Amino acid sequence: MRVGILALQGDVREHAAAIHRLGAEPVEIRTPDAIDHLDALVLPGGESTTISLLLDRSGLRARLAAWVSAGRPTLGTCAGLVLLADEVLDGRPDQRSIGGLPIAVRRNGFGRQRYSFEAEVQSSDGGEPFEAVFIRAPRIERVLDGTTVLAELVIDGSPEPVVVESGHCIGCSFHPELAGDDRLHRRLLELAETTTAV
Amino acid sequence: MDTGTTSNDHGRATGTFRVKRGLADMLRGGVIMDVVNAEQAKIAEDAGAVSVMALERVPADIRRDGGVARMSDPELIEGIQAAVTIPVMAKARIGHFAEAQVLQALDVDYIDESEVLTPADEANHIDKWAFDIPFVCGATNLGEALRRISEGAAMIRSKGEAGTGNIVEAVRHLRSILGDIRKIGVADEPELYAWAKELRAPVELVREIAETGTLPVPLFCAGGIATPADASLVLQLGAEAVFVGSGIFKSEEPAKMAAAIVEATSNYTDAGLVAKVSRGLGDAMPGQEMGQLDQRLADRGW
Repeated sequence: MRVGILALQGDVREHAAAIHRLGAEPVEIRTPDAIDHLDALVLPGGESTTISLLLDRSGLRARLAAWVSAGRPTLGTCAGLVLLADEVLDGRPDQRSIGGLPIAVRRNGFGRQRYSFEAEVQSSDGGEPFEAVFIRAPRIERVLDGTTVLAELVIDGSPEPVVVESGHCIGCSFHPELAGDDRLHRRLLELAETTTAV
Repeated sequence: MDTGTTSNDHGRATGTFRVKRGLADMLRGGVIMDVVNAEQAKIAEDAGAVSVMALERVPADIRRDGGVARMSDPELIEGIQAAVTIPVMAKARIGHFAEAQVLQALDVDYIDESEVLTPADEANHIDKWAFDIPFVCGATNLGEALRRISEGAAMIRSKGEAGTGNIVEAVRHLRSILGDIRKIGVADEPELYAWAKELRAPVELVREIAETGTLPVPLFCAGGIATPADASLVLQLGAEAVFVGSGIFKSEEPAKMAAAIVEATSNYTDAGLVAKVSRGLGDAMPGQEMGQLDQRLADRGW
């Protein structure tokens, strides 16, 4: 199985390592042609304004949008989540997301780096909690119908979504790849298997 | 590795080492640009910078003007923070922990304990574990890099020679750091103690390098990058991102140069693309030979 990792900027290496550990082949994506012949795609963490600008300059944006709207399996973490959100709050006025997840996210929703944090995040399937690392993370403020919440962070007693799935898109506001937690990558490969079967 | 000082707010731990180095990891493959005001910060963000470094004068001007170079005016830093959505870094003098405390109070995203400013302490660097904000420090060799990491730095940048537009020192420092990492990778256990002694660095960090084959924190490059090809060179040598100081705003067409260096950094192995973005950029910043310099900034710090 070939899994593309958008490699314009950000923590590409950690995602590639996760894909490799699961027995699939990671492929770095920097040009539109590179998207051909992939089974799944990862949008890594990084600086979303930079990645967004480079999507335009490389001509990748249209290909990525076509990939996502065709229902192909995609995982986005942090900046990748921002790219997948249908609505972005507090972005640059000219910042455009690719869309695919019917959610609204606020960029840097927890504040600047000083307020970046680690926390245990409960998985909705009752499995082991995630050791979640949030870096100037986006905050999921609204989740529309048809979206499944896979994990929640409890803040002041109230839970809020931090991992969501809709169609064949998974979005995560923290960095499982920095903690070496491969569960979401495994989920992505499962989605890819069912897509291939169809 | 020691996790340093952490605060815990309802199960949320801030200021951990993983959180500090995490931001450096997110900046990999990107360009951090020196800016002296909000207007330049906007130009940098529009060009695709992953972060901006706020300072009162770019290194080329510090070199020309002389005198004591200090932390920026807080008002200027706040103006830059208000103008852009990308992370904002700022410089403190070597050993000047009070400047660093002020920068933390301003919520800057990264503090650069920098040899470009005039050192405040001739014997001690800042105890960086005492802060929630991550630090980047310069290094000319692996021993210096490991001493800074043992003090709590979450990112290392090779120093190069700031404000010269000359890449030769950056290449020397990168090759020294990465060459020694490769040599440690084939050393046996008794040799690790000799390496620690020679590098004047903790043996635990030397052993970590022997086991992982990399520095324990991201290694970026600074000091002398003036063209897209310069960025491609240092990334191919093994740097994970670049700091560009005077190279942008001392060039003839800053916005074009900034965008070109961003694209070259993202596609550093694609010579065709580096060629394409290098066309028609106007003059790069004026460069200086090392022999012409009155003072080497890289000699500051130890």
